[in-house]
Amino acid sequence: MNTEVKNKKASMKRRKTISKATAYTILSILSVLWILPLLWMVIQSFAGPEGSYQNGKIFPDSFSFHWYIQLFTTSNYWRWYLNTLLIAVVCLFLSTFFTIAMAYVMSRFRFKSRKKLQSIAMILGMFPGFMSMAAIYHIFSSVNLAGGQATTAGLIFALILVYSGSAGLNYYVSKGFFDTVSKSLDEAARIDGATNAQIFVKIILPLSKPIIVYTALMSFLGPWGDFIFSNYLLGTNEKAWTVAVGLYNMLSNANIAAQYNMFMAGAVLIAVPITILFLCLQRYFVEGITGGAVKG
Amino acid sequence: MKEFFTKLISQAKEFFGKLLTKMKAFFIKLKDKTVLFFKNLPQNLKKLGISIVTRIRDWFLRYYNYFKNGDIGVKLSYIFMGSGAFAHKQIVKGIAYLGIELLFIFYMIFNGAGAIRGFFTLGTDFPYSITDVNTGNRIPIDGDNSMLFLLYGVVAIMVIAAFIVVYFMNIRSAYETYEDSVVGKQPQTFRQDLKQLFDKKFYIVLLSLALIGVIVFTVLPLIFMILIAFTSFDRQHSATTGFDWVGFKNFGQLVGTTGLASTFFPVLGWTLVWALCATFLNYFLGVALALLINKKDIKGQKVWRTFFVLTIAIPQFVSLLLMRNLLGEYGPIMNLIVNAGGERVNVFGDTNLARLVVILVNLWVGIPYSMLITSGILMNIPADLYESARIDGAGKLTMFRKITLPYILFVTGPYLITQFIGNINNFNVIYLLTGGGPFGVYSEAAGGTSLLVTWLYSVTNDLQNYKLASCLGILTFVVCSVVSLITYRHSSASKNEEDFQ
Repeated sequence: MNTEVKNKKASMKRRKTISKATAYTILSILSVLWILPLLWMVIQSFAGPEGSYQNGKIFPDSFSFHWYIQLFTTSNYWRWYLNTLLIAVVCLFLSTFFTIAMAYVMSRFRFKSRKKLQSIAMILGMFPGFMSMAAIYHIFSSVNLAGGQATTAGLIFALILVYSGSAGLNYYVSKGFFDTVSKSLDEAARIDGATNAQIFVKIILPLSKPIIVYTALMSFLGPWGDFIFSNYLLGTNEKAWTVAVGLYNMLSNANIAAQYNMFMAGAVLIAVPITILFLCLQRYFVEGITGGAVKG
Repeated sequence: MKEFFTKLISQAKEFFGKLLTKMKAFFIKLKDKTVLFFKNLPQNLKKLGISIVTRIRDWFLRYYNYFKNGDIGVKLSYIFMGSGAFAHKQIVKGIAYLGIELLFIFYMIFNGAGAIRGFFTLGTDFPYSITDVNTGNRIPIDGDNSMLFLLYGVVAIMVIAAFIVVYFMNIRSAYETYEDSVVGKQPQTFRQDLKQLFDKKFYIVLLSLALIGVIVFTVLPLIFMILIAFTSFDRQHSATTGFDWVGFKNFGQLVGTTGLASTFFPVLGWTLVWALCATFLNYFLGVALALLINKKDIKGQKVWRTFFVLTIAIPQFVSLLLMRNLLGEYGPIMNLIVNAGGERVNVFGDTNLARLVVILVNLWVGIPYSMLITSGILMNIPADLYESARIDGAGKLTMFRKITLPYILFVTGPYLITQFIGNINNFNVIYLLTGGGPFGVYSEAAGGTSLLVTWLYSVTNDLQNYKLASCLGILTFVVCSVVSLITYRHSSASKNEEDFQ
């Protein structure tokens, strides 16, 4: 009897160890698959001056800071970096405001054309986002914010407008959040004589830190990752390029042989700060998405 | 040991068998819904038509009654906007309305009327150049620009539409003030109106701020682009050589038996296959990974999760361009294969291979997303659910099947639909990896891995064939809206909006 129980316990233990070992093995293999490409990027960025494009090897022959120095001395990289940072920061404020405002209205107010506006927003969202790219380009060039006549500042201004202008349409996730904030708070404040504007600024906004951080994070990251609009609008004016356009051009057929490792260095320099930022705010990201998903 | 594995295998078999039947049922249901959707379409359209007609009739009746029943202020406001406000001493409001009317009239005389005419002709005299007889130089002569004519035409139509809205607002407000005065209520002063804008009508302030951008940067360009689908705007018929209205000819080219159908339908098919694979593979594998990481006895869950989250944090164009080089013909992976005695191949040079590779790379990009989301949900499952299940004597496996899995599926259902739509429009992964290639299989800059949207981009960017790009955009929209109509219509999430509050 006693031995039987012992045997059973031992077999349970063995089973657990096996399943644990399998889990760890799978996780390790997958992690390696996910990390290796990124590691390879970092390694390539430190390649020696001879470069490593199409040399038939897996790792560079020697290591140096050569390509980082090249990046800052021979290309407009720092300029692209500042451009993107400027655009991202302005968008952070504008887009967040538009999105939060729209979401708050859709969640808290009941007015005649509310449902209609919601359906229109949904319909607009179903057109490919950059279908209107050509139209926007022509609209901007008719006021000299794009095309041959545009100045560098004008181009950057145009990009800011493009990124933040339509932010109101992405209200859905934030609306889901506002829906969960109890309406009795509003009612209590209204009894105390607060106006809707006061309720929004003094009661709802302070309670909405998670969703504001989420929206701000998304608005800030957007310009760093966008390639489509920036490439199309900015054209050949190198001084106005964003990091994405600049780096993409390093890999064009004409440049790739000379600038391959420079691309890696440039990629590392944007990947590191953004990754850190993202990891710090990861909690808000998950909350934002799942919060919205729970609401449907 | 052996017995443990056979048990494990049988359990797995049972689980996947059930999963398979469930998925099968899902697709059958989807098919039924699709059939039903198209069967009911004419009936629903008819209903829609009738409701539109009755609405228009009611609307006419209402404004007829306003005119019949109103006082002189109301009656005058049909011609001079703001008269109703002036009649009740709302001076600022009256001036605002009258000012809008005057501005509109000026606009129409000096710009709008011409713009509307231009909208229909799209220009008649285009720029050309003549040779100076004395110097032999070419002298450019200015002329019309079809694109600007179309653009200004659209703007004029939007201005007129906005004016019509304000015009009827003016009549309604005049009538309401009149009605108030009949029952002896004081008309609102301008200050009261302003105050209301920050209280009862605060939504107007917030909305107009948020919507100006949407109208200028989304609605206006979109209307403009949609209209281009009905013109001959392309490289041969450019803005300065003139393009014209052609009706539905471009769509006929795309889906008809001649022309581009042999490119369009394969691209559409691959787009749908891609969206299905990208959505469901990413989702199920992501859920599996999340379950693995969140197993109770796994240590360092945060660290494991971070490994995968890195690919989300890094901007997509970086990670995708990186992957392109890593997998490229002379990339390190090919080098490894060659060193091991394999043959050097260009994985992006063969359509089927390239399709497989983009789906695999998309797993690398997408699994972390669904892993992260599922992890968030797993932590949110109410603990008392498990507690009561344990009291009822449920085993771990039962709890997983009866609580964890249904909960995840329930919460992420709507997310799957948005993901599907997102993948139909997934530009980055395809364009940055393959650029739509390999080329040569199809015509008009479409390649083996081109989705409708990347094709749209190439057509705009490389060929300046705006009319085709516009048609593709509209057709992508049609695909997306049919998919979401079929799936949304019966989902409860859209109906029970108020339940959560």
